[in-house]
Amino acid sequence: MHIAEGFLPWQHAAAWTAAAAPFVAHGIRTMTLAVRADPDSKLLLGASGAFCFVLSALKIPSITGSCSHPTGVGLGAVLFRPPVMAALGTVTLLFQALLLAHGGLTTLGANVFSMAVVGPWAAYGTYRAVRALTRSLPETTALGLAVFFASALASVSAYTVTSLQLALAHPDPADGFLGAFAAFAAVFSLTQIPLAVIEGLVTVVVVRLLSTVGRDDLRRLGVLRSPDPAPAAAHRTDEKAG
Amino acid sequence: MPRTLTTWLLIAAAAAIAVLPVLIGAGDHLREPFPGADAEAEEAVQRIDPGYEPWFTPLYEAPSSEIESGLFALQAAIGAGVIGYCLGVLRTRRRLGRPAVDAAPSGAAPAPGAGPEAERGGPAR
Repeated sequence: MHIAEGFLPWQHAAAWTAAAAPFVAHGIRTMTLAVRADPDSKLLLGASGAFCFVLSALKIPSITGSCSHPTGVGLGAVLFRPPVMAALGTVTLLFQALLLAHGGLTTLGANVFSMAVVGPWAAYGTYRAVRALTRSLPETTALGLAVFFASALASVSAYTVTSLQLALAHPDPADGFLGAFAAFAAVFSLTQIPLAVIEGLVTVVVVRLLSTVGRDDLRRLGVLRSPDPAPAAAHRTDEKAG
Repeated sequence: MPRTLTTWLLIAAAAAIAVLPVLIGAGDHLREPFPGADAEAEEAVQRIDPGYEPWFTPLYEAPSSEIESGLFALQAAIGAGVIGYCLGVLRTRRRLGRPAVDAAPSGAAPAPGAGPEAERGGPAR
């Protein structure tokens, strides 16, 4: 989903930067306040940012015959809500733009908007919806399903927004915006579908690990539901954590 | 299904989806199999909008693909290191029995007999 340096006309680059900036500013503020209110959350914040870092570095082959990479924004969006991911995702994109010539400074705004703003909100919306629908299922299953769909949909929506951004900037001479969108979506969104499944599965694995070793932290964040009238046997060993 | 087994099955499924395109030769019809989607999008821009000239170039570009892959590995290593550290800290905290916010006072000692899913009252999947 990285639009390469200089590949958006300057008017588009400026507009996307202006659109993304308030989200990033709000995200940094939210994160500062969250850390101040609950210093213990620093650990999981770090893990969320690091997860985004790892996943967006992994290029994975897809059935379309090309390679793409996951976004890793679903975890942080579910744990800390989307604004925080706007800040953490920007860090990742900046690292790649400056050191890897992957993405760019002029296209940073557009890339932040797709990966660090739309992706996390899509994740969070999906997470809330699936959670509401799966209230009757056992907690581990319900959480796993919600996290899977949240992170998979975040991945696809980030790449679809990238296709939209490119189509707006480079409409097809014959078929206009829609023709160009179809061409870019064929490159990005289709390739991303199996990767989104992988991203969903991997995010579920991490949430499963966290809900074993950091169960109290996840409860404090409201991600794991506290068992109503806590049974005495609630505290279980985590020796078997996979 | 035991919790650990489910986790391993999830990992295996993710790995299988990643490997499958290579096994079935999904990239064989291309001159250069498995190019990056980001680079393909650059080509699509040149095709749709041939008059477009990128007006800015990256400030720093790795002089070779070897160096670039090293930097990508560095990115993944930093991320994986931080995640490992966090999991380690959480696990240690839990094992040392750091007073937890809502831990039940009794039965706090590890009870290896209790199945991992005992609390949830259902299989993981």
